[in-house]
Amino acid sequence: MNVVIAGAGMHPWGKWGRNFTEYGVHAAREALRDAGVAWTDVDLVVGGETVRNGYAGYVAGSTFAQALGWNGARIATSYAACATGAQAIDTARARILAGLSEVALVVGADTTPKGFLAPNAGERWNDPDWLRFRLLGMTNPAYFALYARRRMDLYGATAEDFAQVKVKNAKHGLENPYARFRKESSVEEVLASPMVSDPLHLLDICATSDGAAAVVLTSADYARRHGLASPVTVAAVSTVTPTFPNTVIDMPLLATDSSAVTGVPERTFKESIGQAAYDEAGIGPEDVDVAEVYDLSTALELDWIEDLQLCKRGEAEALLRAGDTTIGGRIPVNPSGGLACFGEAVPAQAIAQVCELTWQLQGRAEGRQVEGAKVGITANQGLFGHGSSVILSV
Amino acid sequence: MTATPVIEGWFTTGAEPRLLASRCTACSNVVFPPVSGDAGAAAFYCRNPACDGQEHDTVELARRGRVWSYTDAQYQPPAPYVPASDPFQPFALAAVELPEGIVVLGQVAAGFGVGDLRVGSEVELVVETLHADEAGERTIYRWRPVA
Repeated sequence: MNVVIAGAGMHPWGKWGRNFTEYGVHAAREALRDAGVAWTDVDLVVGGETVRNGYAGYVAGSTFAQALGWNGARIATSYAACATGAQAIDTARARILAGLSEVALVVGADTTPKGFLAPNAGERWNDPDWLRFRLLGMTNPAYFALYARRRMDLYGATAEDFAQVKVKNAKHGLENPYARFRKESSVEEVLASPMVSDPLHLLDICATSDGAAAVVLTSADYARRHGLASPVTVAAVSTVTPTFPNTVIDMPLLATDSSAVTGVPERTFKESIGQAAYDEAGIGPEDVDVAEVYDLSTALELDWIEDLQLCKRGEAEALLRAGDTTIGGRIPVNPSGGLACFGEAVPAQAIAQVCELTWQLQGRAEGRQVEGAKVGITANQGLFGHGSSVILSV
Repeated sequence: MTATPVIEGWFTTGAEPRLLASRCTACSNVVFPPVSGDAGAAAFYCRNPACDGQEHDTVELARRGRVWSYTDAQYQPPAPYVPASDPFQPFALAAVELPEGIVVLGQVAAGFGVGDLRVGSEVELVVETLHADEAGERTIYRWRPVA
């Protein structure tokens, strides 16, 4: 049995200053309309929980179910930092596969504060997320900068390469009606923006945004019986956690695991996220036509391209420079415009990636279509061992 | 006014300071930061999934390591970071790989910036003042490039 995406919807990303429930309901109604399914036919709502710098506890699936009008549907709430949306999709998929649900609505929405994401208030001397600020002044962009600098020293990446990722994604997002930033960028403009954490400039780093995304999931059988148009198959949802020892320094931690007892593992955590998705889908990276990856920074997009094995380690810059990751190239990356054009709305973002791939595989991504795309993959990673990769196919 | 570590039990002081780690008494896996007594019983469940050790002792880590990567903070980080000066002075940060197979993040010693570092270059641990409060100077471990 297969689970399909019957409909996708979003609320435009921005800084709207309204309650997240409004954004979520907007996206949910759009997804239901897109699917041609009535809210009263939905029997499961999974909400992506709104978070602040990794902390759970603000919203639940019931928030959206109640706002849409109680219809008796069962509810679930997912919290998995940046992977929240994918975990919510996984929960819905599992209940459909088990025969416990026919039509599930998955919603993620967020309202985010301006500037650096900072930890919750109070003195918390046992909390790594508090300690990293207090003892080291280690912000999120500083972690991104560590990964970026490593690319420069090991693989010869340049600040111009990182800027070129922004230029590419800005161009991709120009026609995306859900993107917050729809403006061309230039390498000069990125390099002229203030340096935040060397080598990353302000325009290398994604903003935080308000936004919402939703998908309607059904069994393939339900979609057939109800004549739903162009369903897209969910071929894999990977939400694996790290395997000890995690040897790449991860936000918000101050150190890695030690590899002394067991040796260095075959795959890093991020590599294992994508590999698990490929294994589950029964395909390989050579089968992928389009990718939506978490470009929290420009340089991180290059890491992801390699983590997903779309090229060999250290070769992502060559791919970028050849135009292979641009729409029209061999393997377009972030045709939506990515986080560079959206800014991050944490619990909605992984669902937004799936929405974009849905439209890409249906041939409906107007102004940014990857021609003939049949297989797409998403990837993201968040705090505390959370990460996800979703593969869709038609 | 005295100088005291900003956090207890993470590093030794003196001429040749060292980081302190917790080592599992069963499988000898080491973790940094070390286990804090007030974090409760769950503070030291060995992270090695093949080990159910719950007891640890304290060990010193090697003083020298190699830079895994590095960056700096050119804007003042948000609270609970406590700025050491007004106006804010940018500082460098490094992730350092120690012979124990562990990468430890720290600030870079005062006076050194990203231009003094390379992936793979050698650094050693020093203890310097992080900031001062009414009780005196608060010290922290830092990484200093080895000439």
